[in-house]
Amino acid sequence: MSSNKKYWKSVEELKENSSIVETLKQNEFVKEIPTDEFLGDKEALENSSTTRRDFLKYVGFSTAAASLAACEGPVIKSIPYVVQPDTIIPGVANYYATTVADGFDFASVLVKTREGRPIKIENNGLATTSGSANARVNASVLGLYDSKRLKTPMKGESVISWSALQLETTQKLADLRDSGRQIVLLTQTYASPSTSKLISEFKEKYVNVNHVQYDAVSESAALDAFQAKYNERALVNYDFSKAATIVSVGADFLGDWQGGGFDSGYAKGRVPNHGKMSRHVQFESNMSLSGANADKRVPLTPTEQKLVLAKLHSLIVGGSVSVNLPKHIDDAVQKAANQISKAGSNGVVVTGIQDVNAQTVVLEINEYIKSKAFDTVNTIQTRQGDNSKIATLIADMKAGNVGAIIMSGVNPMYTLPNANDFAAGLKKTALSIAFSMKVDETSSLAQYIAAAPHNLESWGDVEIKKGHFGLIQPTIRPLFDTKQFQEALLVWNGNDMSYNDYVKNVWNESILNGGSFNKALHDGVFVGAATTGLATETGSTAEIGANDATTPSGNAARALAQATSKGMELTLYTKVGMGDGQQANNPWLQEFPDPITRTSWDNYLTVSAADAKELGLVNEHEATGALNGSYADVTVNGVTITSPVIIQPGQAKGSFGLSLGYGRTSAGLKEEMKTGVNAYALYQGFDTVQNVTIAKAAGMHEFACVQLQNTLMGRGDIIRETTLEVFNTKGRDHWNAIPVVSLNHEETPVTSPDVDLWDEFDRSIGHHFNLSIDLNACTGCGACVIACHAENNVPVVGKEEIRRSRDMHWLRIDRYYSSEDTFADDDAKKKGFSGLSGDNGSLGGFGELEIAADNPQVAFQPVMCQHCNHAPCETVCPVAATSHGRQGQNHMAYNRCVGTRYCANNCPYKVRRFNWFLYNGNDEFDYFMNDDLGRMVINPDVTVRSRGVMEKCSMCIQMTQKTILDAKRDGRVIKDGEFKTACSAACSSGAMTFGDINDKESEVAKLLKDDRMYHLLESVGTKPNVQYHTKVRNTKEA
Amino acid sequence: MKQVIHRKLSSNILRLSLIILIAFSSSLSAQEGDPAAGKALFNTNCASCHKMDKKMTGPALRNVEARLAEDEGLDREWLYSWIKNSAGMVKSGDAYANKIYAEYKGVAMTAFPQLSNADIDNILAYTAVDPCVSNPKPGCPGYVPPPGGEATSSGDGDGASNNLILGALALLFALLAGALVLVNRTLRSFAQEKGVQLNEAPKGTPIWKAFVQNQFLVLVTAIFLLLASGYFVYGYFMQVGVNQGYEPVQEIHFSHRIHAGDNGVDCKYCHSSARVSKTSGIPSLNVCMNCHKSISEVADATATVEHSKDFYDGEIKKLYAAVGWDDANQEYTGETKPVKWTRIHNLPDFAYFNHSQHVSVAGVECQTCHGPIEEMEIVSQHAPLTMGWCINCHRETNVKVKDNAYYSKIHEQLAKKYGDLDQIKAAQMGGLECGKCHY
Repeated sequence: MSSNKKYWKSVEELKENSSIVETLKQNEFVKEIPTDEFLGDKEALENSSTTRRDFLKYVGFSTAAASLAACEGPVIKSIPYVVQPDTIIPGVANYYATTVADGFDFASVLVKTREGRPIKIENNGLATTSGSANARVNASVLGLYDSKRLKTPMKGESVISWSALQLETTQKLADLRDSGRQIVLLTQTYASPSTSKLISEFKEKYVNVNHVQYDAVSESAALDAFQAKYNERALVNYDFSKAATIVSVGADFLGDWQGGGFDSGYAKGRVPNHGKMSRHVQFESNMSLSGANADKRVPLTPTEQKLVLAKLHSLIVGGSVSVNLPKHIDDAVQKAANQISKAGSNGVVVTGIQDVNAQTVVLEINEYIKSKAFDTVNTIQTRQGDNSKIATLIADMKAGNVGAIIMSGVNPMYTLPNANDFAAGLKKTALSIAFSMKVDETSSLAQYIAAAPHNLESWGDVEIKKGHFGLIQPTIRPLFDTKQFQEALLVWNGNDMSYNDYVKNVWNESILNGGSFNKALHDGVFVGAATTGLATETGSTAEIGANDATTPSGNAARALAQATSKGMELTLYTKVGMGDGQQANNPWLQEFPDPITRTSWDNYLTVSAADAKELGLVNEHEATGALNGSYADVTVNGVTITSPVIIQPGQAKGSFGLSLGYGRTSAGLKEEMKTGVNAYALYQGFDTVQNVTIAKAAGMHEFACVQLQNTLMGRGDIIRETTLEVFNTKGRDHWNAIPVVSLNHEETPVTSPDVDLWDEFDRSIGHHFNLSIDLNACTGCGACVIACHAENNVPVVGKEEIRRSRDMHWLRIDRYYSSEDTFADDDAKKKGFSGLSGDNGSLGGFGELEIAADNPQVAFQPVMCQHCNHAPCETVCPVAATSHGRQGQNHMAYNRCVGTRYCANNCPYKVRRFNWFLYNGNDEFDYFMNDDLGRMVINPDVTVRSRGVMEKCSMCIQMTQKTILDAKRDGRVIKDGEFKTACSAACSSGAMTFGDINDKESEVAKLLKDDRMYHLLESVGTKPNVQYHTKVRNTKEA
Repeated sequence: MKQVIHRKLSSNILRLSLIILIAFSSSLSAQEGDPAAGKALFNTNCASCHKMDKKMTGPALRNVEARLAEDEGLDREWLYSWIKNSAGMVKSGDAYANKIYAEYKGVAMTAFPQLSNADIDNILAYTAVDPCVSNPKPGCPGYVPPPGGEATSSGDGDGASNNLILGALALLFALLAGALVLVNRTLRSFAQEKGVQLNEAPKGTPIWKAFVQNQFLVLVTAIFLLLASGYFVYGYFMQVGVNQGYEPVQEIHFSHRIHAGDNGVDCKYCHSSARVSKTSGIPSLNVCMNCHKSISEVADATATVEHSKDFYDGEIKKLYAAVGWDDANQEYTGETKPVKWTRIHNLPDFAYFNHSQHVSVAGVECQTCHGPIEEMEIVSQHAPLTMGWCINCHRETNVKVKDNAYYSKIHEQLAKKYGDLDQIKAAQMGGLECGKCHY
């Protein structure tokens, strides 16, 4: 065992004698088949007019009828193209490079299309920006097939044609221009050179035009700070791969902080290379992904964060700021500052505090230490929103100063805390047009709803980072009668060019610099000079926002140091799954378990254990292992919402967390997707930190949490971890020992063939696949989970079923908490107890042992079928439905499976999933598979499983077989890197490597020999084909 | 003298005949040409764009010379230069050349510099042949229907005479039977009258009673019946879902016999995706039109007893309707009506089959699984498409490892393992593993 830490997944497990945990350890399928419901009701049974004989008759008749019906095969029609496009071959996938740019997520991607249908989003290997596809981007392809999409433009409640809409609106706009009234364009951040040009042309034509860019989750403070310092409205481009020491104060940079996309760079520095890896210190209040990955995490309240930052500034840059911090935090800040100072240009400090001073302080520190990770030249352009402009706009609207408002990519009625003011203002505008894919909270109030196409049906361009461009091209013809905002702008501008041509012209004129447009379109990305001529449109915001950001050096830090706590503080955040909430109708994302809380289909107030105790908030586990939580009234400035509560280990005392993006209520969502509470109501002044009062409310909320479910039966060495120090100084035996068993009273490693129950097959011929997972590089982002869903047609089962432990995820990312003190220390302490009270008294001592939950260390471990060479599942299948291939994959023949579920019982890793229902043909499951449009996303190469069969990860055998076939057809040898699985291809952090270990030169074959390599539950002797690499933590304090 | 005269005469005759010969032969070469040679030339050079009586890519050519001479006053010289270099004529500004160029929407006629004037004469001679001379048809002046009426009625006549003979035979047998009965009755009445005692067979136990009484026999029969019925029930159940011989009627009667058999079109010309894709693909209609743009009717010889030429031509018309091709004006109308074919070979959803694996990599002939397609008028499912059938082939078939770099290493290792260099079966490559087809 690598370390003697105690791992646990839920606080419940820390309680000794918890009956629930015991029960769960014994039962894999937590709920019995509910036969009692209908057999137990004696009275109903006796009153039934159906006798036993009748019943048998019916059964006999229906069986006979069913088998007779089965004898006749269905007649299947096939309709070929009339004129087949020469780029499409039925049965062969085409890939198109495009860019996802929905205002919240920006990523260069490849879209896999089959017979013209986009079915999967993959990373674009040519992308030069680090913004690779996260879970939401991966899931966005399902948004294309959303049956709630708007199919035609609307005028109020009635359908209108595009020509009529354009005619009417052009006339009205002309009238408004002539009367000199203000026309407002309220848009998402497009960061699009061609759109900027279009808007400036629109401004020329309609004179009194105000373009307001609005980010639902604002980064205005950081933008203001940057603008004040560098005279450009943009965000710093941090490259964490160049940072040896990272100190983050409340910045969840592995999440959505400043546009996200920093995780691949971060992960590069996290893998020990020549004995070195980065050191990451995180000061935060909510348990975030970044905090979970940090080497040292200091939980503290948002106010304390400001003080920490001020102190950091004074310690690193110098200056006289005196702040009053608790001793352990003060200590941590000192050490962090030392480390940064020591690292010099290899260090970096980031912050997520929505405060211009805080952001300025960070800029000053990074500039002072000349951080290599700090890039102010190739700045990030994907956030442009300005809080003050929004405020001005709403005031203007309410005052009746706005003649027309044209909205695109925004949903202010949902995302604004003062949505009612906006609604009141909207009534006073003479013309309101909303470009939207849905009848949503905002568009339903607009006079015209211009049905907008999905990103995958649109043209466009993006400048994600300065000089780093991406093109958006349609991958399918518009499914519905939709037009983009830009097309409408062209019409209003009186330009009869198509937007496609317009983009091409803009690129040829100002971006490509003589390069080929077709090549740029093929690559999807282009690196060139910054758009000097085009950035003027965004540059015009210069006069605003420069207000108080000009505070000179030390002043910002001093201002920060003035921060005082006013009671309890709430930090609003975005979840990896839901982001800003625009994809709330996406069942994949709803069912995606949050990496930290492992809860799906909900948002919730995260509360520290101590606060929960004080406030009387509880989390309870039902006997089935399902989680229930109290409700709490969360009040900010008189606005109260009632949210369920999850007690979150690691949550700083006195702080609370609540995620944005839930609680949608519009008609654009299916009923099942209207989950959670809308935290935007509390997002006042666009500040993610709010002073709050919390009070217990009545009732208990039922969560769909997979936390306690599938416990690992108390087998502890699943996660192996060590410290960098031990890793560098001691041998593998010390921190990654192979378990031994006794053979003739001699300790023999379990990997030895002498202690094997089975004879080994010869796997040296052909391919032998291995998947390697590096626990150091895995940030828990979950892109692989969604990629697996898309590739393998994994059904969505819904909240109720998740509660019954019937989740279907083939790939789960287990999250383990561990106490910072080692288990051995705990044990020693327990033994040292003497008497009840006193210094070594057990009364206080046991309490201290539980403190571990206040700030646990976190490890993520993606677990899928381990494809054991000696698989326990295979030996127990009575019908040989699961068997082993010589390429190392554990096969599952669904058509052979009769559903005994013995295999799931016998699987030590709990990775097999049982189809309790026909998810694609049962109206109870109104998700994508049961929806004619949603079914379009299904991968035709993978069987859609039926009711009553087991399913599990196939190691993407359809992908490996495809690679092999392509090579055979071309008559060539397969190169390393060609073999991929959906998860390994989606993993941008490099945590997952897939390949053929019979190719001795392959990366995965080398990883197999790596000292950090171990297999899950090696002592069981299953010989898995999935490798894990021991997590190394850089715990050394400077 | 006489001799002289004679010589003179003969030389005169010779001279005269020479002149006649020259004149005649020149007129022969200038005017007549050889229609037979012309037909061959027409079929190789012109037929892809021209028809005799119908506009196609180019105009109809029946009596083209006479027509041009009458309507436009153009002579054969014009035709020579047009055929040899039409583009040049258009460029030079020739009025009729430009008119015809515009009429056919700027589709230039291929230049035929390789044709000599004599060749062109032959072709023109062929175009000038009166169709009623070579092949009299209804509508031709003086058309006489062939003797014996229509072919179909003569066929009916054959049927009728057969029936007649059969009927006569039946009647004969009936008469014979009647006669025998009468004879039997008469003999009996004679015997009765004469008091002859007829020998009646003694009445024993009926056979069914004997059978029932023999318990052993009953048991054996019962077992036999049970086994037999079990055999048939098993057989019945095993063919459920097996659609061997499935031969659905299609929207368009497409004859693989004509295309793949008679005309020898390569399977993969139409089913091109079989080379690279999992599906062999039903060809899109634009592939049909590659040929059928110029083939709007079948040859007379194509017609069979079941399907007449008119029937086949009608099916081509259906194709034109589906793809939106206006045959008269030789242009697409844009009104398409995709064809709903009935799928014949259906694998269940849970079985993955890839055509390119078998066609391109393994080099399996289409006929191995699909049967003698080139003989099928209507395609039917040849193979049972059961798993046992697949597996059996994987057990028996050698992997084609030659000249494929992918296999070279694996082949070497496998050969070492199994000790036979050339005989690597698909099964030995893992071709029997469940996951190779079920995922």
